[in-house]
Amino acid sequence: MNAPQVVSDLIRRTAAELADALAAGETTSVEVTQAHLDRIAAVDGDVHAFLVVDAEGALSQAAAADARRATGQAQSPLDGVPIAVKDVMATKGLPTTCGSRILEGWVPPYDATVVARLRAAGLPILGKTNMDEFAMGSSTEHSAYGPTRNPWDLSRIPGGSGGGSAAALAAYEAPLAIGTDTGGSIRQPGAVTGTVGVKPTYGGVSRYGLVSLANSLDQAGPVTRTVLDAALLHTVIGGHDPKDSTSIDAPLPDLVGAARRGAEGDLSGVRVGVVKELGGEGYQDGVLTRFQESVDLMVAAGAEVVEVSCPNFVHALATYYLILPAEASSNLARFDAMRYGLRVTPDGDPSAEDVMRATREAGFGDEVKRRIILGTYALSSGYYDAYYGQAQKVRTLITRDFEQAFQHADVLVSPTAPTTAFKLGEKVDDPLAMYLNDLATIPANLSGVPGISVPSGLADEDGLPAGVQILAPATADDRVYRVGAALEAALLQKWGGPLLDQARPLVGEVAQRPSRDQGASS
Amino acid sequence: MPETPSISREELAHLATLARIDLSDAELDHLAPQLSVILESVASISDVADDDIPPTSHALPLTNVFRADVVVPGLTAEEALSGAPEQEGQRFKVPRILGDEQ
Amino acid sequence: MSELLSYDEALERFDPALGLEVHVELNTASKMFCGCPTEFGAEPNTQTCPTCLGLPGSMPVVNEIAVESAIRIGLALNCEIAEWCRFARKNYFYPDMPKNFQTSQYDEPIAFNGWTDVVVEGPEGPQTVRVDIERAHMEEDTGKSLHVGGATGRIHGADYSLVDYNRAGIPLIEIVTRPILGTREIVPLVAKAYVAQLRDLLLGLGVSDVRMEQGSLRCDVNLSLAPRDDGSESDNTGRHSLGTRTETKNVNSLRSVERAVRYEVQRHAAVLTSGRPILQETRHWHEDTGITTSGREKSDAEDYRYFPEPDLVPVAPDKEWVERLRASLPEPPHERRARLQAEWGFSDLDMRDTVGAGALGLVEATIAAGATPQAARKWWLGELARRANETETDISALGVTPAHVARVQALVDEGAINDKLARQVFDGLVAGEGTPDEIVAARGLAIVSDEGALSAAVDNAIAANPDVADKIRDGKVAAAGALIGAVMKEMKGQADAARVRELVLEKLT
Repeated sequence: MNAPQVVSDLIRRTAAELADALAAGETTSVEVTQAHLDRIAAVDGDVHAFLVVDAEGALSQAAAADARRATGQAQSPLDGVPIAVKDVMATKGLPTTCGSRILEGWVPPYDATVVARLRAAGLPILGKTNMDEFAMGSSTEHSAYGPTRNPWDLSRIPGGSGGGSAAALAAYEAPLAIGTDTGGSIRQPGAVTGTVGVKPTYGGVSRYGLVSLANSLDQAGPVTRTVLDAALLHTVIGGHDPKDSTSIDAPLPDLVGAARRGAEGDLSGVRVGVVKELGGEGYQDGVLTRFQESVDLMVAAGAEVVEVSCPNFVHALATYYLILPAEASSNLARFDAMRYGLRVTPDGDPSAEDVMRATREAGFGDEVKRRIILGTYALSSGYYDAYYGQAQKVRTLITRDFEQAFQHADVLVSPTAPTTAFKLGEKVDDPLAMYLNDLATIPANLSGVPGISVPSGLADEDGLPAGVQILAPATADDRVYRVGAALEAALLQKWGGPLLDQARPLVGEVAQRPSRDQGASS
Repeated sequence: MPETPSISREELAHLATLARIDLSDAELDHLAPQLSVILESVASISDVADDDIPPTSHALPLTNVFRADVVVPGLTAEEALSGAPEQEGQRFKVPRILGDEQ
Repeated sequence: MSELLSYDEALERFDPALGLEVHVELNTASKMFCGCPTEFGAEPNTQTCPTCLGLPGSMPVVNEIAVESAIRIGLALNCEIAEWCRFARKNYFYPDMPKNFQTSQYDEPIAFNGWTDVVVEGPEGPQTVRVDIERAHMEEDTGKSLHVGGATGRIHGADYSLVDYNRAGIPLIEIVTRPILGTREIVPLVAKAYVAQLRDLLLGLGVSDVRMEQGSLRCDVNLSLAPRDDGSESDNTGRHSLGTRTETKNVNSLRSVERAVRYEVQRHAAVLTSGRPILQETRHWHEDTGITTSGREKSDAEDYRYFPEPDLVPVAPDKEWVERLRASLPEPPHERRARLQAEWGFSDLDMRDTVGAGALGLVEATIAAGATPQAARKWWLGELARRANETETDISALGVTPAHVARVQALVDEGAINDKLARQVFDGLVAGEGTPDEIVAARGLAIVSDEGALSAAVDNAIAANPDVADKIRDGKVAAAGALIGAVMKEMKGQADAARVRELVLEKLT
């Protein structure tokens, strides 16, 4: 048997390192998977990153991966590296709730394309991660199954909606995770947990099997601890899918190559645009300080920095909060107690309509109801042109701003989120304050461009992580990997190691190897 | 475009009916002002774009994405019904339906 | 039962305006947005997938052949084809609709601004009426509900319902006419002729099975009445003012289309004459009693919140594609009618009867299967039209196919059966007893060709009718008919009358 420190080492390795170790035969997928399951058992009671843990399934997939490795038939570079999947992705045979009561106990009879690709590439699925209900939120407090806590400070939020995936990475419960980003749900949790998150170009990763929040904005992507890991995972899940009509029918750029090249640290010839409108008022001082430091490091690496203006970005938040509720109100209509999910039957002799109304009242949380009503309003006759129609036009203006800016810069940069992680409960009853968390991340969703969030360090005033966001033109995802990896390399050198090494130990961190008992953590 | 956008309690009740959500009186009282505040802030975009600006409904301008007319295996009846709250005779059992088909 | 005004009186006072919305199920192999099969009559919920069941996360992808069929239908109806159009979501809750929105087209239909000419028998002879087509658009069908409990098996009063989603997602084309005005007393005939023509046109295109009895062609009848103007044409815009309309849903046979229009004309007229208003509502057609009853009132509360379907990208048929499809069209109905009439040697009256009975395609297919035009016309417009009328079914829904008719005629030509026996074969076909040959065998209908038996029967007839026999011996050959009749009676019709005549004359002259 391995000694406890070996286990600890396994969970702290990057996915790329684990893949190398598996390829070299230095460890096995079963060992790696078990180490993460043990870690989940030890810390997830506090963190609550997972809604369900599939120990048995993950270990059997790991054993199959080891068998393939043993005969030299690895299905991908990441074959055998375990992964966590946001609960918004349909997983055949594994409950999928989207953080909502209305889907409690629903076990999909099919796999999302992303999940099918993970299985085909041999990645054991550890379980499903917590999220704001139907991905509506920026704190994971809107999960019907209780909030996820930030591993840096358990009294704080891990961001949202994909707080579960980001926290699982930050707490070393998984070496990789899948997130989804409609207005920042991959990038903002990455920023506030000191991890890496990528929102690919819209259409770059299949949405088939991703339970839609806002179809024209949603995009699945990697949640990791390093830029290279994100590139490796993106390569597994990305590319054309005939089941998604909005999927791009073109090969992915060489993302892993771009990340490796970036890590060499040379950004000569790269024009970095600082977006004037994404900073200043409303942004925490410590976040801005870390951002400026990152820009300075990029200059030191040879980049040319220019300031660009995107005047219509100030309308992005309002545009987003018209488009999203409208699409969501229609998407969520299917949760009606007829075919799957919760059914609440009121007293008396209720009709189908009565059952629908009672079920939707009981099954949806406040934020979901708010957005369904808002979307119903925005689409209703007499208001469509003023709201949804107008929002689609402003979307065009925002895209034109991007096109203009990308004439002067190869990538655009900004802080990922305006603040570091706030306290649980602080904004849960103030929707508008909550919405401001996505100020900087939303424009990319409205225009479909790719973006990455890379840790930029700890804010001086609270010692909590902040992130820098790098955006590139549509389909130029390789640029965010190149620049992201260069910045990451410079920062690692400055810090003398990963930012997460500076986090306070979690309960159980230094304990002996935990028991192998597994089970759902919720 | 209304001058001062807001959602009255009555309008909220109508929207809740359209959305098939049984809001309680307390929720109607609580949500109406909240929604009005959100609406007021999002209404700021109402005069941002000129009439000649085309709307964007898709981030990428794709057209003509089709599939061949070929049958592919789907779900078994058992899989299709696996999530059904109630079933009978291999069909989804639902409470009595009030309205007419559309 | 509503109060009715007599049809003649209704037309004296009012001008009817007609509109027809026809839903056609395409005969594609797979559904509109997924790869599930579309076969009719499969076991419940065996033809579904995450997409047509509306499971969370599933996504639609458009069936290319469905788009081609829609374009071809549009072209055949002389429509313009959109250079760019989208699907939209029509949002409303209903248990047979898996997503609680229907993926349809809204303000951007694939085909629009078309027309088709129909010919009907007017008071002063045949009359051509141009029906303007407003639009033809693509959408998906819903599932099917079975209403359990209650007295009637209908939706009202049921205890619960059972839903089968096999039909959900089958491609539909909805074809909508503009208001058809000024057709006066022939309005029911115009409605029937339009639907019959649409059916023939769709059959000719090969895009649908158009089996009205299976619901693959469903018709909604919109009707309104306006007070009849005095003919002074005071409205110099030339436009008629339309009254409040009702929409009668699911009128699913040619015969019912005609009856439902006539009924609604009479009902509207009675309501308006009594000074009451017509409610804008949907109505149900009752095939059995021939009446309509009130359904759902159309109100402002209905708000479908249409918006472009974000999971699909626009359909933008390029010119080349459209022209290729145009080149694949069969000939237009009026040209086809003229050609067939010439080929078949039918009189104008024969042709109008054939079209009027909705039997043009059936006759054509019967001829293609080997029958002569005269034989095909004889059976379809005689024997089979009579049965359709008697049983109040559409002629195409009798259970008799063109191949059957051709085979029956071949059996007659071979001398295996005669016309009288052929009628019994049709009885068997309608009763679903198998193919014509199987029915002849099972029912023992073949003509007796046993010369010994025939000869004995002739001898018996001669012995029983000595007076008649004498007349024939005296050269009055015309009297042979009485003996032949007696022989046929004894043989229960299963004899070749010509052969019997030969035998009678051999024995007596």
